[in-house]
Amino acid sequence: MKRRDIIQKIGFSALFACMAANILFLGGIIFFVAARGLGALSWEFLTQAPRDSMTAGGVAPAIVGTFYLTLGAILFALPLGVACAVYLTEYSPKGWIVNVLRISINNLAGVPSVVFGLFGLTVFVKYAGFGVSILSGSLTLGILALPVIISASQEALTAVPQSIREASLALGATQWGTIRKVVLPASLPGILTGVILSVGRVAGETAPILFTAAAFYLKGYPRSIFSEVMALPYHIYALMTEGTHPEIQTRIAYGSSLLLLGLVLSVSMLAIFIRARQRKTYNA
Amino acid sequence: MNRKKERLIKYLFTALAFSSLVFLIGIVLVLFKEALPIFSKVSLHDFLLGESWYPTAEPPEFGILPLILASLWVTAGALVICVPLGVGSALYLHELAGPRQRAVLKPVIEILASVPSIIYGFFGMVILAPFLQNTFDLPIGLCALTTSLILGVMATPTVASIAEDALSYVPRSFREASFAVGADRWQTLTKVIIPAAGSGISTAIILGMSRAIGETMTVLMVAGGSAVIPRSVFDPVRPMTAAIAAEMGEASVGSDHYHALFAIALILFLITFLFNIAAELISRRFRLKLGLSR
Repeated sequence: MKRRDIIQKIGFSALFACMAANILFLGGIIFFVAARGLGALSWEFLTQAPRDSMTAGGVAPAIVGTFYLTLGAILFALPLGVACAVYLTEYSPKGWIVNVLRISINNLAGVPSVVFGLFGLTVFVKYAGFGVSILSGSLTLGILALPVIISASQEALTAVPQSIREASLALGATQWGTIRKVVLPASLPGILTGVILSVGRVAGETAPILFTAAAFYLKGYPRSIFSEVMALPYHIYALMTEGTHPEIQTRIAYGSSLLLLGLVLSVSMLAIFIRARQRKTYNA
Repeated sequence: MNRKKERLIKYLFTALAFSSLVFLIGIVLVLFKEALPIFSKVSLHDFLLGESWYPTAEPPEFGILPLILASLWVTAGALVICVPLGVGSALYLHELAGPRQRAVLKPVIEILASVPSIIYGFFGMVILAPFLQNTFDLPIGLCALTTSLILGVMATPTVASIAEDALSYVPRSFREASFAVGADRWQTLTKVIIPAAGSGISTAIILGMSRAIGETMTVLMVAGGSAVIPRSVFDPVRPMTAAIAAEMGEASVGSDHYHALFAIALILFLITFLFNIAAELISRRFRLKLGLSR
Protein backbone atom coordinates (compact mmCIF):
# COMPACT_ATOMS: atom_id res chain seq x y z
CA MET A 1 0.00 0.00 0.00
CA LYS A 2 1.30 3.41 -0.91
CA ARG A 3 1.77 6.09 1.71
CA ARG A 4 -1.10 8.20 0.48
CA ASP A 5 -3.44 5.23 0.57
CA ILE A 6 -2.57 4.72 4.23
CA ILE A 7 -3.21 8.39 4.96
CA GLN A 8 -6.57 8.16 3.21
CA LYS A 9 -7.48 5.07 5.21
CA ILE A 10 -6.59 6.75 8.51
CA GLY A 11 -8.44 9.92 7.53
CA PHE A 12 -11.60 8.09 6.57
CA SER A 13 -11.51 6.01 9.74
CA ALA A 14 -11.28 9.23 11.75
CA LEU A 15 -14.36 10.62 10.01
CA PHE A 16 -16.24 7.41 10.69
CA ALA A 17 -15.20 7.62 14.34
CA CYS A 18 -16.60 11.18 14.56
CA MET A 19 -19.93 10.12 13.14
CA ALA A 20 -20.09 7.05 15.38
CA ALA A 21 -19.21 9.10 18.48
CA ASN A 22 -21.84 11.68 17.60
CA ILE A 23 -24.60 9.10 17.30
CA LEU A 24 -23.33 7.12 20.27
CA PHE A 25 -23.23 10.07 22.71
CA LEU A 26 -26.65 11.33 21.81
CA GLY A 27 -28.11 7.85 21.57
CA GLY A 28 -26.59 7.10 24.97
CA ILE A 29 -28.33 10.06 26.58
CA ILE A 30 -31.67 9.06 25.10
CA PHE A 31 -31.12 5.43 26.12
CA PHE A 32 -30.30 6.27 29.74
CA VAL A 33 -33.30 8.52 30.14
CA ALA A 34 -35.60 6.01 28.48
CA ALA A 35 -34.31 2.98 30.38
CA ARG A 36 -34.67 4.58 33.81
CA GLY A 37 -37.75 6.62 32.98
CA LEU A 38 -39.87 3.67 31.90
CA GLY A 39 -40.05 2.40 35.46
CA ALA A 40 -41.67 5.61 36.65
CA LEU A 41 -44.35 5.71 33.98
CA SER A 42 -47.81 4.44 34.79
CA TRP A 43 -51.39 5.36 34.14
CA GLU A 44 -51.49 7.11 37.50
CA PHE A 45 -48.35 9.09 36.58
CA LEU A 46 -50.01 10.46 33.46
CA THR A 47 -53.42 11.26 34.89
CA GLN A 48 -52.96 12.43 38.49
CA ALA A 49 -51.71 15.58 40.13
CA PRO A 50 -48.59 15.48 42.35
CA ARG A 51 -49.26 14.58 46.01
CA ASP A 52 -47.39 14.56 49.32
CA SER A 53 -44.95 17.38 48.46
CA MET A 54 -43.93 15.98 45.08
CA THR A 55 -43.18 12.46 46.23
CA ALA A 56 -46.27 10.72 44.91
CA GLY A 57 -48.97 11.04 42.31
CA GLY A 58 -48.35 12.08 38.72
CA VAL A 59 -47.58 15.00 36.46
CA ALA A 60 -50.93 15.57 34.76
CA PRO A 61 -51.09 19.33 35.51
CA ALA A 62 -47.63 19.77 33.96
CA ILE A 63 -48.72 17.92 30.81
CA VAL A 64 -51.83 20.10 30.57
CA GLY A 65 -49.77 23.24 31.20
CA THR A 66 -47.26 22.41 28.48
CA PHE A 67 -50.18 21.76 26.11
CA TYR A 68 -51.75 25.18 26.84
CA LEU A 69 -48.46 27.05 26.54
CA THR A 70 -47.58 25.38 23.26
CA LEU A 71 -51.04 25.90 21.80
CA GLY A 72 -50.97 29.57 22.79
CA ALA A 73 -47.51 30.08 21.30
CA ILE A 74 -48.52 28.52 17.97
CA LEU A 75 -51.78 30.50 17.79
CA PHE A 76 -49.72 33.65 18.17
CA ALA A 77 -46.76 32.77 15.94
CA LEU A 78 -48.51 30.97 13.08
CA PRO A 79 -50.43 33.89 11.51
CA LEU A 80 -47.50 36.26 11.98
CA GLY A 81 -44.97 33.78 10.61
CA VAL A 82 -47.02 32.81 7.57
CA ALA A 83 -47.80 36.45 6.80
CA CYS A 84 -44.11 37.27 6.95
CA ALA A 85 -43.22 34.38 4.64
CA VAL A 86 -46.00 35.35 2.19
CA TYR A 87 -44.71 38.90 2.11
CA LEU A 88 -41.11 37.80 1.51
CA THR A 89 -41.92 35.34 -1.28
CA GLU A 90 -45.09 36.66 -2.94
CA TYR A 91 -44.95 40.44 -2.73
CA SER A 92 -41.23 40.41 -3.62
CA PRO A 93 -40.30 43.74 -2.08
CA LYS A 94 -37.17 45.76 -2.81
CA GLY A 95 -33.77 44.22 -2.09
CA TRP A 96 -32.79 46.04 1.09
CA ILE A 97 -36.09 45.28 2.82
CA VAL A 98 -35.63 41.56 2.20
CA ASN A 99 -32.10 41.80 3.57
CA VAL A 100 -33.13 43.69 6.69
CA LEU A 101 -35.94 41.23 7.36
CA ARG A 102 -33.77 38.19 6.73
CA ILE A 103 -31.04 39.46 9.04
CA SER A 104 -33.56 40.24 11.77
CA ILE A 105 -35.17 36.80 11.45
CA ASN A 106 -31.76 35.09 11.64
CA ASN A 107 -30.80 37.15 14.65
CA LEU A 108 -34.08 36.54 16.40
CA ALA A 109 -33.42 32.82 15.93
CA GLY A 110 -30.04 33.25 17.63
CA VAL A 111 -31.18 35.19 20.71
CA PRO A 112 -30.45 33.15 23.87
CA SER A 113 -33.64 31.73 25.34
CA VAL A 114 -33.13 33.34 28.74
CA VAL A 115 -33.10 36.75 27.03
CA PHE A 116 -36.57 35.99 25.62
CA GLY A 117 -37.56 35.27 29.20
CA LEU A 118 -36.40 38.72 30.36
CA PHE A 119 -38.19 40.38 27.44
CA GLY A 120 -41.40 38.54 28.30
CA LEU A 121 -41.02 39.45 31.97
CA THR A 122 -40.65 43.14 31.19
CA VAL A 123 -43.18 43.51 28.37
CA PHE A 124 -45.92 40.94 29.00
CA VAL A 125 -45.77 40.24 32.73
CA LYS A 126 -45.13 43.78 33.95
CA TYR A 127 -45.77 46.38 31.24
CA ALA A 128 -48.90 44.81 29.73
CA GLY A 129 -50.00 43.63 33.17
CA PHE A 130 -50.70 40.01 32.22
CA GLY A 131 -48.78 38.82 35.28
CA VAL A 132 -47.08 35.44 35.50
CA SER A 133 -49.59 33.59 33.35
CA ILE A 134 -50.29 31.26 30.44
CA LEU A 135 -50.79 34.33 28.27
CA SER A 136 -47.38 35.88 29.06
CA GLY A 137 -45.63 32.53 28.64
CA SER A 138 -47.36 31.76 25.36
CA LEU A 139 -46.53 35.14 23.85
CA THR A 140 -42.89 34.82 24.92
CA LEU A 141 -42.63 31.30 23.47
CA GLY A 142 -44.45 32.50 20.34
CA ILE A 143 -41.75 35.06 19.58
CA LEU A 144 -39.18 32.31 20.00
CA ALA A 145 -41.08 30.06 17.57
CA LEU A 146 -41.53 32.79 14.98
CA PRO A 147 -38.24 32.30 13.07
CA VAL A 148 -38.83 28.53 12.82
CA ILE A 149 -42.29 29.02 11.33
CA ILE A 150 -41.09 31.75 8.96
CA SER A 151 -38.25 29.72 7.48
CA ALA A 152 -40.34 26.56 7.05
CA SER A 153 -43.17 28.52 5.43
CA GLN A 154 -40.74 30.35 3.19
CA GLU A 155 -39.28 27.08 2.01
CA ALA A 156 -42.79 25.74 1.34
CA LEU A 157 -43.89 28.85 -0.58
CA THR A 158 -40.74 28.99 -2.70
CA ALA A 159 -41.25 25.34 -3.68
CA VAL A 160 -44.60 26.14 -5.34
CA PRO A 161 -43.80 26.35 -9.07
CA GLN A 162 -44.01 29.81 -10.62
CA SER A 163 -46.14 28.45 -13.48
CA ILE A 164 -49.05 27.72 -11.14
CA ARG A 165 -49.12 31.34 -10.00
CA GLU A 166 -48.96 32.57 -13.59
CA ALA A 167 -51.80 30.26 -14.61
CA SER A 168 -53.98 31.67 -11.86
CA LEU A 169 -53.14 35.29 -12.72
CA ALA A 170 -53.80 34.57 -16.41
CA LEU A 171 -57.32 33.39 -15.50
CA GLY A 172 -57.94 36.84 -14.10
CA ALA A 173 -57.45 36.10 -10.41
CA THR A 174 -56.06 38.93 -8.34
CA GLN A 175 -52.76 38.57 -6.52
CA TRP A 176 -54.48 38.04 -3.18
CA GLY A 177 -56.87 35.55 -4.79
CA THR A 178 -53.89 33.65 -6.18
CA ILE A 179 -52.16 33.58 -2.81
CA ARG A 180 -55.28 32.53 -0.92
CA LYS A 181 -56.71 29.95 -3.32
CA VAL A 182 -53.60 28.62 -5.08
CA VAL A 183 -50.27 29.27 -3.36
CA LEU A 184 -51.22 28.76 0.28
CA PRO A 185 -53.14 25.49 -0.25
CA ALA A 186 -50.21 24.11 -2.28
CA SER A 187 -47.73 24.96 0.45
CA LEU A 188 -49.86 23.77 3.36
CA PRO A 189 -47.86 20.59 4.13
CA GLY A 190 -44.64 22.62 4.30
CA ILE A 191 -46.20 25.18 6.61
CA LEU A 192 -47.50 22.32 8.73
CA THR A 193 -43.92 21.02 8.99
CA GLY A 194 -42.87 24.39 10.40
CA VAL A 195 -45.70 24.32 12.90
CA ILE A 196 -44.81 20.83 14.08
CA LEU A 197 -41.09 21.67 14.34
CA SER A 198 -41.90 24.69 16.44
CA VAL A 199 -44.21 22.61 18.67
CA GLY A 200 -41.19 20.43 19.43
CA ARG A 201 -39.05 23.46 20.14
CA VAL A 202 -41.60 25.32 22.25
CA ALA A 203 -42.71 22.33 24.33
CA GLY A 204 -39.14 21.71 25.50
CA GLU A 205 -38.13 25.29 26.30
CA THR A 206 -37.67 26.13 29.95
CA ALA A 207 -35.75 29.37 30.30
CA PRO A 208 -38.38 31.63 28.62
CA ILE A 209 -41.13 30.47 31.00
CA LEU A 210 -39.06 30.64 34.19
CA PHE A 211 -40.22 34.18 34.95
CA THR A 212 -43.27 34.45 32.69
CA ALA A 213 -45.53 31.44 33.29
CA ALA A 214 -44.19 28.57 35.31
CA ALA A 215 -45.07 27.56 38.83
CA PHE A 216 -43.35 24.84 40.85
CA TYR A 217 -46.53 23.48 42.34
CA LEU A 218 -50.19 24.33 41.89
CA LYS A 219 -53.31 22.84 43.33
CA GLY A 220 -55.48 21.73 40.45
CA TYR A 221 -55.53 22.88 36.87
CA PRO A 222 -55.27 26.42 35.43
CA ARG A 223 -58.63 28.21 35.31
CA SER A 224 -57.97 30.92 32.73
CA ILE A 225 -55.22 32.28 30.50
CA PHE A 226 -54.25 34.55 33.37
CA SER A 227 -53.34 31.64 35.66
CA GLU A 228 -49.86 30.40 36.39
CA VAL A 229 -49.18 26.87 35.12
CA MET A 230 -46.99 23.91 35.73
CA ALA A 231 -45.03 22.78 32.67
CA LEU A 232 -43.16 19.55 31.99
CA PRO A 233 -39.66 21.00 31.39
CA TYR A 234 -39.90 23.33 34.38
CA HIS A 235 -41.24 20.50 36.48
CA ILE A 236 -38.06 18.50 35.77
CA TYR A 237 -35.92 21.46 36.77
CA ALA A 238 -37.92 22.06 39.94
CA LEU A 239 -37.81 18.39 40.94
CA MET A 240 -34.02 18.40 40.61
CA THR A 241 -33.32 21.64 42.43
CA GLU A 242 -36.01 22.06 45.09
CA GLY A 243 -37.86 19.91 47.57
CA THR A 244 -36.66 17.64 50.32
CA HIS A 245 -36.80 14.10 48.94
CA PRO A 246 -34.10 14.03 46.23
CA GLU A 247 -34.23 10.24 45.72
CA ILE A 248 -37.96 10.01 45.06
CA GLN A 249 -37.98 13.28 43.13
CA THR A 250 -35.23 12.08 40.80
CA ARG A 251 -37.36 9.07 39.96
CA ILE A 252 -40.29 11.32 39.06
CA ALA A 253 -37.92 13.56 37.09
CA TYR A 254 -36.81 10.51 35.06
CA GLY A 255 -40.41 9.80 34.21
CA SER A 256 -41.10 13.42 33.27
CA SER A 257 -37.93 13.58 31.16
CA LEU A 258 -38.92 10.46 29.26
CA LEU A 259 -42.37 11.92 28.63
CA LEU A 260 -40.95 15.20 27.36
CA LEU A 261 -38.29 13.47 25.29
CA GLY A 262 -40.85 11.13 23.75
CA LEU A 263 -43.14 14.04 22.95
CA VAL A 264 -40.44 16.21 21.38
CA LEU A 265 -38.73 13.41 19.43
CA SER A 266 -41.94 11.99 17.99
CA VAL A 267 -43.10 15.46 17.01
CA SER A 268 -39.86 16.26 15.18
CA MET A 269 -39.82 12.85 13.52
CA LEU A 270 -43.31 13.52 12.22
CA ALA A 271 -42.24 16.91 10.84
CA ILE A 272 -39.19 15.50 9.11
CA PHE A 273 -41.24 12.68 7.63
CA ILE A 274 -43.82 15.09 6.20
CA ARG A 275 -41.10 17.32 4.81
CA ALA A 276 -39.27 14.43 3.14
CA ARG A 277 -42.49 13.38 1.39
CA GLN A 278 -43.17 16.96 0.38
CA ARG A 279 -39.69 17.41 -1.13
CA LYS A 280 -40.12 14.19 -3.07
CA THR A 281 -43.38 15.45 -4.60
CA TYR A 282 -41.74 18.55 -6.00
CA ASN A 283 -38.54 16.88 -7.14
CA ALA A 284 -40.37 14.13 -9.01
CA MET B 1 -62.80 48.79 -5.10
CA ASN B 2 -61.04 45.56 -5.87
CA ARG B 3 -57.73 47.30 -6.44
CA LYS B 4 -58.12 49.18 -3.19
CA LYS B 5 -58.69 45.90 -1.34
CA GLU B 6 -55.58 44.39 -2.96
CA ARG B 7 -53.50 47.36 -1.86
CA LEU B 8 -54.88 47.15 1.66
CA ILE B 9 -54.01 43.46 1.89
CA LYS B 10 -50.50 44.14 0.67
CA TYR B 11 -50.01 46.80 3.34
CA LEU B 12 -51.32 44.42 5.99
CA PHE B 13 -48.81 41.75 4.99
CA THR B 14 -46.01 44.32 4.90
CA ALA B 15 -46.85 45.43 8.42
CA LEU B 16 -47.03 41.85 9.75
CA ALA B 17 -43.78 40.95 8.00
CA PHE B 18 -41.91 43.51 10.08
CA SER B 19 -42.92 41.75 13.30
CA SER B 20 -39.58 39.97 13.71
CA LEU B 21 -37.73 43.25 13.27
CA VAL B 22 -40.07 44.88 15.80
CA PHE B 23 -39.48 42.10 18.33
CA LEU B 24 -35.71 42.27 17.81
CA ILE B 25 -35.70 46.04 18.32
CA GLY B 26 -38.06 45.57 21.27
CA ILE B 27 -35.62 43.16 22.89
CA VAL B 28 -32.74 45.60 22.42
CA LEU B 29 -34.76 48.51 23.85
CA VAL B 30 -35.95 46.52 26.86
CA LEU B 31 -32.43 45.31 27.61
CA PHE B 32 -30.94 48.81 27.36
CA LYS B 33 -33.70 50.45 29.34
CA GLU B 34 -33.55 47.96 32.20
CA ALA B 35 -29.75 47.64 32.15
CA LEU B 36 -28.68 51.30 32.06
CA PRO B 37 -29.62 52.26 35.67
CA ILE B 38 -26.91 49.95 37.03
CA PHE B 39 -24.22 51.99 35.31
CA SER B 40 -25.01 54.99 37.49
CA LYS B 41 -23.91 52.82 40.44
CA VAL B 42 -21.02 50.93 38.86
CA SER B 43 -18.83 52.09 35.99
CA LEU B 44 -18.86 49.98 32.85
CA HIS B 45 -15.19 49.22 33.47
CA ASP B 46 -15.78 47.96 37.03
CA PHE B 47 -18.84 46.03 35.90
CA LEU B 48 -17.06 44.15 33.13
CA LEU B 49 -13.70 43.68 34.82
CA GLY B 50 -14.66 43.56 38.49
CA GLU B 51 -13.61 40.26 39.99
CA SER B 52 -16.31 39.78 42.58
CA TRP B 53 -19.98 39.14 42.05
CA TYR B 54 -21.74 39.53 45.40
CA PRO B 55 -25.02 41.13 44.36
CA THR B 56 -26.78 40.51 47.66
CA ALA B 57 -23.92 41.39 50.02
CA GLU B 58 -23.84 44.64 51.97
CA PRO B 59 -22.47 46.66 50.19
CA PRO B 60 -23.15 44.67 47.00
CA GLU B 61 -20.43 44.08 44.43
CA PHE B 62 -21.29 43.88 40.76
CA GLY B 63 -18.20 42.62 38.94
CA ILE B 64 -19.13 40.12 36.25
CA LEU B 65 -15.67 39.05 35.10
CA PRO B 66 -16.08 35.63 36.81
CA LEU B 67 -19.36 35.10 34.94
CA ILE B 68 -17.93 36.19 31.57
CA LEU B 69 -14.86 33.98 32.05
CA ALA B 70 -17.08 31.05 33.06
CA SER B 71 -19.12 31.45 29.88
CA LEU B 72 -15.98 31.67 27.75
CA TRP B 73 -14.39 28.65 29.45
CA VAL B 74 -17.33 26.32 29.04
CA THR B 75 -17.93 27.51 25.47
CA ALA B 76 -14.29 26.96 24.54
CA GLY B 77 -14.45 23.51 26.10
CA ALA B 78 -17.62 22.74 24.16
CA LEU B 79 -15.91 23.78 20.92
CA VAL B 80 -13.09 21.28 21.52
CA ILE B 81 -15.78 18.60 21.33
CA CYS B 82 -18.35 19.89 18.88
CA VAL B 83 -15.97 21.16 16.18
CA PRO B 84 -14.15 17.88 15.42
CA LEU B 85 -17.26 15.75 16.01
CA GLY B 86 -19.61 18.04 14.10
CA VAL B 87 -17.35 18.78 11.15
CA GLY B 88 -16.12 15.15 11.09
CA SER B 89 -19.70 13.89 10.95
CA ALA B 90 -20.53 16.35 8.19
CA LEU B 91 -17.52 15.19 6.16
CA TYR B 92 -18.49 11.56 6.76
CA LEU B 93 -22.03 12.23 5.57
CA HIS B 94 -20.78 14.11 2.53
CA GLU B 95 -17.93 11.87 1.46
CA LEU B 96 -18.35 8.36 2.83
CA ALA B 97 -22.00 7.68 3.52
CA GLY B 98 -23.88 6.15 0.62
CA PRO B 99 -27.28 7.47 -0.38
CA ARG B 100 -29.10 4.99 1.85
CA GLN B 101 -26.96 5.79 4.90
CA ARG B 102 -27.42 9.50 4.24
CA ALA B 103 -31.17 9.11 4.03
CA VAL B 104 -31.15 7.71 7.56
CA LEU B 105 -28.32 9.68 9.21
CA LYS B 106 -29.28 13.20 8.13
CA PRO B 107 -32.75 13.11 9.67
CA VAL B 108 -31.39 11.31 12.74
CA ILE B 109 -28.94 14.16 13.33
CA GLU B 110 -31.69 16.68 12.85
CA ILE B 111 -33.94 14.87 15.30
CA LEU B 112 -31.11 14.70 17.83
CA ALA B 113 -30.68 18.47 17.47
CA SER B 114 -34.23 18.87 18.78
CA VAL B 115 -33.62 17.20 22.17
CA PRO B 116 -34.57 19.90 24.73
CA SER B 117 -31.78 21.42 26.80
CA ILE B 118 -33.48 20.49 30.06
CA ILE B 119 -32.94 16.82 29.15
CA TYR B 120 -29.21 17.43 28.68
CA GLY B 121 -29.12 19.27 31.98
CA PHE B 122 -30.93 16.42 33.70
CA PHE B 123 -28.61 13.82 32.18
CA GLY B 124 -25.56 15.85 33.20
CA MET B 125 -26.81 16.13 36.74
CA VAL B 126 -27.85 12.54 37.42
CA ILE B 127 -25.41 10.55 35.29
CA LEU B 128 -22.41 12.44 33.92
CA ALA B 129 -21.55 14.50 37.01
CA PRO B 130 -21.51 11.53 39.46
CA PHE B 131 -19.56 9.51 36.89
CA LEU B 132 -16.87 12.19 36.45
CA GLN B 133 -16.74 12.76 40.19
CA ASN B 134 -15.92 9.09 40.78
CA THR B 135 -13.57 8.75 37.83
CA PHE B 136 -11.41 11.80 38.58
CA ASP B 137 -12.00 11.70 42.34
CA LEU B 138 -13.34 15.26 42.38
CA PRO B 139 -14.82 17.10 45.37
CA ILE B 140 -17.82 18.03 43.21
CA GLY B 141 -19.07 16.64 39.89
CA LEU B 142 -20.90 19.78 38.80
CA CYS B 143 -18.05 21.77 37.26
CA ALA B 144 -16.73 23.47 34.13
CA LEU B 145 -15.56 20.17 32.61
CA THR B 146 -18.96 18.48 32.95
CA THR B 147 -20.64 21.55 31.48
CA SER B 148 -18.28 21.69 28.52
CA LEU B 149 -18.79 17.99 27.76
CA ILE B 150 -22.58 18.30 27.78
CA LEU B 151 -22.61 21.56 25.81
CA GLY B 152 -20.22 20.08 23.27
CA VAL B 153 -22.37 17.01 22.68
CA MET B 154 -25.41 19.25 22.53
CA ALA B 155 -24.00 21.62 19.91
CA THR B 156 -22.60 18.82 17.72
CA PRO B 157 -25.78 18.15 15.68
CA THR B 158 -26.16 21.89 14.99
CA VAL B 159 -22.59 22.15 13.69
CA ALA B 160 -22.88 18.89 11.73
CA SER B 161 -26.07 19.79 9.97
CA ILE B 162 -25.03 23.34 8.95
CA ALA B 163 -21.55 22.18 7.88
CA GLU B 164 -23.10 19.43 5.78
CA ASP B 165 -25.25 22.02 3.99
CA ALA B 166 -22.11 24.03 3.25
CA LEU B 167 -20.33 20.96 1.83
CA SER B 168 -23.26 20.13 -0.40
CA TYR B 169 -23.01 23.58 -2.04
CA VAL B 170 -19.52 22.83 -3.39
CA PRO B 171 -20.02 22.19 -7.12
CA ARG B 172 -19.34 18.67 -8.44
CA SER B 173 -16.97 20.12 -11.01
CA PHE B 174 -14.48 20.98 -8.21
CA ARG B 175 -14.02 17.34 -7.21
CA GLU B 176 -14.04 16.10 -10.79
CA ALA B 177 -11.27 18.55 -11.65
CA SER B 178 -9.30 17.34 -8.65
CA PHE B 179 -9.68 13.66 -9.61
CA ALA B 180 -8.69 14.54 -13.18
CA VAL B 181 -5.29 15.80 -12.05
CA GLY B 182 -4.68 12.55 -10.17
CA ALA B 183 -5.66 13.36 -6.59
CA ASP B 184 -7.22 10.61 -4.49
CA ARG B 185 -10.39 11.08 -2.44
CA TRP B 186 -8.66 12.14 0.77
CA GLN B 187 -6.51 14.71 -1.03
CA THR B 188 -9.57 16.01 -2.85
CA LEU B 189 -11.43 16.29 0.43
CA THR B 190 -8.68 18.08 2.37
CA LYS B 191 -7.14 20.19 -0.37
CA VAL B 192 -10.17 21.09 -2.50
CA ILE B 193 -13.53 20.54 -0.86
CA ILE B 194 -12.74 21.67 2.69
CA PRO B 195 -11.04 24.90 1.54
CA ALA B 196 -13.92 25.57 -0.86
CA ALA B 197 -16.49 25.05 1.89
CA GLY B 198 -14.22 26.65 4.52
CA SER B 199 -16.26 29.76 5.17
CA GLY B 200 -19.48 27.72 5.22
CA ILE B 201 -17.92 25.45 7.82
CA SER B 202 -16.81 28.47 9.86
CA THR B 203 -20.40 29.69 9.80
CA ALA B 204 -21.46 26.34 11.25
CA ILE B 205 -18.84 26.64 14.00
CA ILE B 206 -19.86 30.20 14.87
CA LEU B 207 -23.52 29.22 15.11
CA GLY B 208 -22.57 26.25 17.30
CA MET B 209 -20.62 28.65 19.52
CA SER B 210 -23.58 30.98 19.66
CA ARG B 211 -25.81 28.12 20.74
CA ALA B 212 -23.35 27.02 23.45
CA ILE B 213 -22.79 30.46 24.99
CA GLY B 214 -26.52 31.25 25.07
CA GLU B 215 -27.54 27.89 26.49
CA THR B 216 -29.28 28.34 29.82
CA MET B 217 -30.92 25.33 31.45
CA THR B 218 -28.00 22.96 30.97
CA VAL B 219 -25.45 25.29 32.51
CA LEU B 220 -27.87 26.27 35.25
CA MET B 221 -28.16 22.64 36.30
CA VAL B 222 -24.66 21.35 35.62
CA ALA B 223 -22.10 24.17 36.03
CA GLY B 224 -22.07 24.16 39.84
CA GLY B 225 -22.99 27.81 40.26
CA SER B 226 -20.04 29.29 42.12
CA ALA B 227 -19.30 32.85 40.97
CA VAL B 228 -15.55 32.89 41.33
CA ILE B 229 -12.92 33.21 38.62
CA PRO B 230 -12.29 29.66 37.37
CA ARG B 231 -8.76 28.34 38.01
CA SER B 232 -9.13 24.82 36.67
CA VAL B 233 -11.61 22.84 34.59
CA PHE B 234 -12.69 21.02 37.74
CA ASP B 235 -13.90 24.23 39.41
CA PRO B 236 -17.63 24.83 39.68
CA VAL B 237 -18.52 27.96 37.69
CA ARG B 238 -21.46 30.31 37.12
CA PRO B 239 -21.78 31.34 33.45
CA MET B 240 -23.77 34.47 32.53
CA THR B 241 -26.95 32.66 31.51
CA ALA B 242 -26.99 30.65 34.73
CA ALA B 243 -26.59 33.80 36.82
CA ILE B 244 -29.57 35.44 35.11
CA ALA B 245 -31.82 32.41 35.36
CA ALA B 246 -30.88 31.57 38.95
CA GLU B 247 -30.99 35.07 40.43
CA MET B 248 -33.82 36.80 38.58
CA GLY B 249 -36.40 35.12 40.78
CA GLU B 250 -34.83 36.53 43.95
CA ALA B 251 -33.92 40.02 42.74
CA SER B 252 -36.66 42.48 43.62
CA VAL B 253 -37.99 44.44 40.67
CA GLY B 254 -36.15 47.73 40.16
CA SER B 255 -33.30 46.92 42.55
CA ASP B 256 -29.66 47.28 41.55
CA HIS B 257 -29.37 43.53 41.38
CA TYR B 258 -32.32 43.40 38.95
CA HIS B 259 -30.74 46.00 36.66
CA ALA B 260 -27.37 44.26 36.87
CA LEU B 261 -28.94 41.01 35.66
CA PHE B 262 -30.42 42.85 32.69
CA ALA B 263 -26.98 44.30 32.00
CA ILE B 264 -25.57 40.77 31.89
CA ALA B 265 -28.34 39.80 29.47
CA LEU B 266 -27.48 42.84 27.34
CA ILE B 267 -23.83 41.80 27.13
CA LEU B 268 -24.84 38.23 26.34
CA PHE B 269 -27.21 39.49 23.65
CA LEU B 270 -24.48 41.65 22.10
CA ILE B 271 -22.06 38.69 22.02
CA THR B 272 -24.54 36.40 20.25
CA PHE B 273 -25.59 39.27 17.97
CA LEU B 274 -21.96 39.69 16.89
CA PHE B 275 -21.64 35.94 16.32
CA ASN B 276 -24.78 35.88 14.18
CA ILE B 277 -23.77 38.90 12.10
CA ALA B 278 -20.31 37.36 11.56
CA ALA B 279 -21.92 34.09 10.48
CA GLU B 280 -24.20 36.02 8.11
CA LEU B 281 -21.31 37.95 6.51
CA ILE B 282 -19.09 34.91 6.15
CA SER B 283 -21.83 32.79 4.61
CA ARG B 284 -22.68 35.55 2.14
CA ARG B 285 -19.05 35.74 1.00
CA PHE B 286 -19.01 31.96 0.75
CA ARG B 287 -22.02 31.93 -1.56
CA LEU B 288 -20.55 34.66 -3.73
CA LYS B 289 -17.26 32.78 -3.95
CA LEU B 290 -18.99 29.65 -5.17
CA GLY B 291 -21.08 31.69 -7.60
CA LEU B 292 -24.36 30.94 -5.81
CA SER B 293 -27.09 33.48 -5.42
CA ARG B 294 -28.76 33.97 -2.03
